[in-house]
Amino acid sequence: MDLVKFVEEQSVVKNTFPAFKAGDTVSVHYKIREGNKERIQVYQGVVLQRNSVGNSETFTVRKVSNGIGVERIFPFNSPNIDKIEVNNVGKVRRAKLYYLRALTGKAARIKSKRV
Amino acid sequence: MSGIIGKKVGMTSIFDETGKNIPCTVIEAGPCVVTQVKSVETDGYAAVQLAYGEKKEKNTSAPLKGHFEKAGTTPKRKLVEFKTFEDEKALGDTVTVEIFSAGDFVDVVGTSKGKGFQGVVKRHGFGGVGMQTHGQHNRLRAPGSLGASSWPSRVFKGMRMAGQTGNARVKVQNLQVVKVFAEQNLIVVKGSVPGAKGSFVIVDK
Repeated sequence: MDLVKFVEEQSVVKNTFPAFKAGDTVSVHYKIREGNKERIQVYQGVVLQRNSVGNSETFTVRKVSNGIGVERIFPFNSPNIDKIEVNNVGKVRRAKLYYLRALTGKAARIKSKRV
Repeated sequence: MSGIIGKKVGMTSIFDETGKNIPCTVIEAGPCVVTQVKSVETDGYAAVQLAYGEKKEKNTSAPLKGHFEKAGTTPKRKLVEFKTFEDEKALGDTVTVEIFSAGDFVDVVGTSKGKGFQGVVKRHGFGGVGMQTHGQHNRLRAPGSLGASSWPSRVFKGMRMAGQTGNARVKVQNLQVVKVFAEQNLIVVKGSVPGAKGSFVIVDK
């Protein structure tokens, strides 16, 4: 396993983002390449979960777009993520907020923590 | 064409220049020692024999000991012949991962993980009966018919049936080399490679 770790350390540049966890509302600034042009798209939503550890860590962001729930999974160390802004720190009692998928409207709100 | 013997280390994933997450297999390969050079005059065909992996001297038979002594090396565990080798090799030369560079396409040969005696559903991907109700009874994963009756009155050769699965030589072609770490004797190839971690693999260019 040490050699696999060695390859990972040599090949993957770890991203440093502000700390966030499930329940927080974040804006992910994602680089999109169209031909030779590169632009940045902002995707804002609630973090449902942070999955796995180390180089393969991912996080899921859920938002409701035009009444349809959209979930996007980002690799934490993806070079395509420009930056992450934490818009709101949520007050939740779970690490995985799968129950949000079944809720809509007012019920799907998350209380924000006083910072 | 040239090749090297190595060991499968494990899998990981890394990001390429465009930010794509690509699955990779890490192979620890070489340095291999040339233990025999076969030529058309003496052996009827040309080949280079490479050796890899340390082995205790007390576990080596006397004839093999002499064979390794000729090449001026310690006993090795794995011996593989390569029919075509790009550059001329002499007895006792070493082959390292430096023969590969990122972007090359290689073929990897390994021994697949043994799965034992398996039925046709796992072994050949048969669908089984597909129904658990409507009177179906104890035939869920059965192969079904093996053929017609009075003609041909036999089962054709090569009919897919249950049997030993895995633990066979498997070659995977056209795997792209993603990275080479010459100091650590490592090759990183895109995609998966047959066999368990720690099993021998042959990497061919």
